[in-house]
Amino acid sequence: MTFLRDKLLPVGTIVIAIVVLWYLFAVILNAPFARQLAGKPLPFGDLVTATMSEQRPVLPAPHQVAAELWKTTVEMRPTSKRSLVYHSWVTLSSTLVGFALGTLLGIALAVAIVHSRTLDKSLMPWIITSQTIPILAIAPMIIVVLAAVGITGLLPKALISTYLSFFPVAVGMVKGLRSPEIMHLDLMRTYNASRPQVFWKLRWPSALPFLFTSMQVAVAISLVGAIVGEMPTGAVAGLGARLLAGSYYGQTVQIWAALFAASIMAAVLVAIVGVARSVTLRRMGVREA
Amino acid sequence: MTHPAILIGAIAFWLLAWAANNRLSGANPGNRATALAINLAIPVLFGLSLLALWEGITRGFDVPKVLLPAPSDIWEKLVASGPILWADFVQTFLKAVLAGYALGCGAGFLTAIIVDRVPFLRKGLLPIGNLVSALPVVGIAPIMVMWFGFDWPSKAAVVVIMTFFPMLVNTVAGLSAAGAMERDLMRTFASDYGQTLVKLRLPAAMPFIFNALKINSTLALIGAIVAEFFGTPIVGMGFRISTEVGRMSLDMVWAEIAVAAVAGSLSYGLISMIERMVTFWHPSYRT
Repeated sequence: MTFLRDKLLPVGTIVIAIVVLWYLFAVILNAPFARQLAGKPLPFGDLVTATMSEQRPVLPAPHQVAAELWKTTVEMRPTSKRSLVYHSWVTLSSTLVGFALGTLLGIALAVAIVHSRTLDKSLMPWIITSQTIPILAIAPMIIVVLAAVGITGLLPKALISTYLSFFPVAVGMVKGLRSPEIMHLDLMRTYNASRPQVFWKLRWPSALPFLFTSMQVAVAISLVGAIVGEMPTGAVAGLGARLLAGSYYGQTVQIWAALFAASIMAAVLVAIVGVARSVTLRRMGVREA
Repeated sequence: MTHPAILIGAIAFWLLAWAANNRLSGANPGNRATALAINLAIPVLFGLSLLALWEGITRGFDVPKVLLPAPSDIWEKLVASGPILWADFVQTFLKAVLAGYALGCGAGFLTAIIVDRVPFLRKGLLPIGNLVSALPVVGIAPIMVMWFGFDWPSKAAVVVIMTFFPMLVNTVAGLSAAGAMERDLMRTFASDYGQTLVKLRLPAAMPFIFNALKINSTLALIGAIVAEFFGTPIVGMGFRISTEVGRMSLDMVWAEIAVAAVAGSLSYGLISMIERMVTFWHPSYRT
């Protein structure tokens, strides 16, 4: 009952409000073109129906986007070049490869930083500084340079995702691996635990909550990296290429459909990591508030 | 391998710097000034050694400039093409980023204050705001370019949308950061809503707000640069990057990236400095 009152009702109301507003704006924004097309003053009812069904509307109505999504996912063979499933898969695969590489790299870096004072003092400031830099700007260069060396396809995009996603993981893991209290570390010392034992029995378990939180950030940013990686180089497949093609040919419905596909994918990926987080933490006996 | 001496020299410098850093980080300085100097020297030395290694590898192996230009090449280009870089900087940073950043953060802040007054809105908007923060919002760029044209307003619009939600979510979280005890105290002082907001809850929310401002400073630059990939007048950092990549003049791309990096770090540093002044009371700044 509290779920209904505190979650479903408010969120649902806001979502409905957004959809209503969207329709309103669709009518307002598309009306000039509809009038122009008709060549004569339209009665209000006709005007509204005309704005809902334009080929290239300024703002497509929600149902147009939904129809496009349905048409390009369910009604089309997934192997077709016009199917969003195909493009989503292209983007998703490089996202996942990049995310996996980035997470591993981030963890490895964090482990090295926690265990080496020199590395901590020399590398950590740069990791933090690099987060203030618009890293995404180098995406086009990575793609072109790797293509010049002969590496094309999935890997360059995955490398951009790797580059974007290893920062949050590294920073979060350094924090996490340092999170055990001094008292617990001292206890391990009194047990005469070796460094690997301290790591596996104390540091690693206490870092896991941090790891999952940063992985949620990392997976979202990996997707952004993969999409942007597809944009500037005239890639033919992927959601980013879909966005770019849509903007070249003025296919607004296609842009919105790709945008929604990307958003749904991001939400699902973040949710999956969230579920993995709560399952793992529950197994470890952590009680979530 | 045509210039082994350069490569060997660079590697030697790197090893020396590493050894020096090892010594420095093991040192136990007596006073605080020395400790600060050492803590600053180590990353600087590390960065310099990486630059030297980069220079040594590109020169030593004769890596073609179209793959990876040496730092010295990039520096030359940076100095030589000052006016172009400045024009790009004005177009992208001073126009699109600053306008979008101010509008987006301001709108997010005001919305958060309205949302905070209405619990129903807070319950409804917060989950959506959190969700949107995780979405690839840059994808909105082609639509904004269609709506607002090629010039900087469309980039500013992308920046507004990208910065709005982090600000909203963080401010709402920050406004509930003031403790119940302090709020009760304000009640016993018979202070009204506005007084409680200005004198207690906003100051308590400042760490959260500055957190959002910092996140947004990076997001804003990314948004503006990526939006320029979708169409722009023939000036701007994103435009320059994508065209010069197409012409394979990578030293120019690196110079542009260096400008973006400096602009990003400086604005981040500036915000951190203001944060220190505003939230001097926060535990993380107490000494």
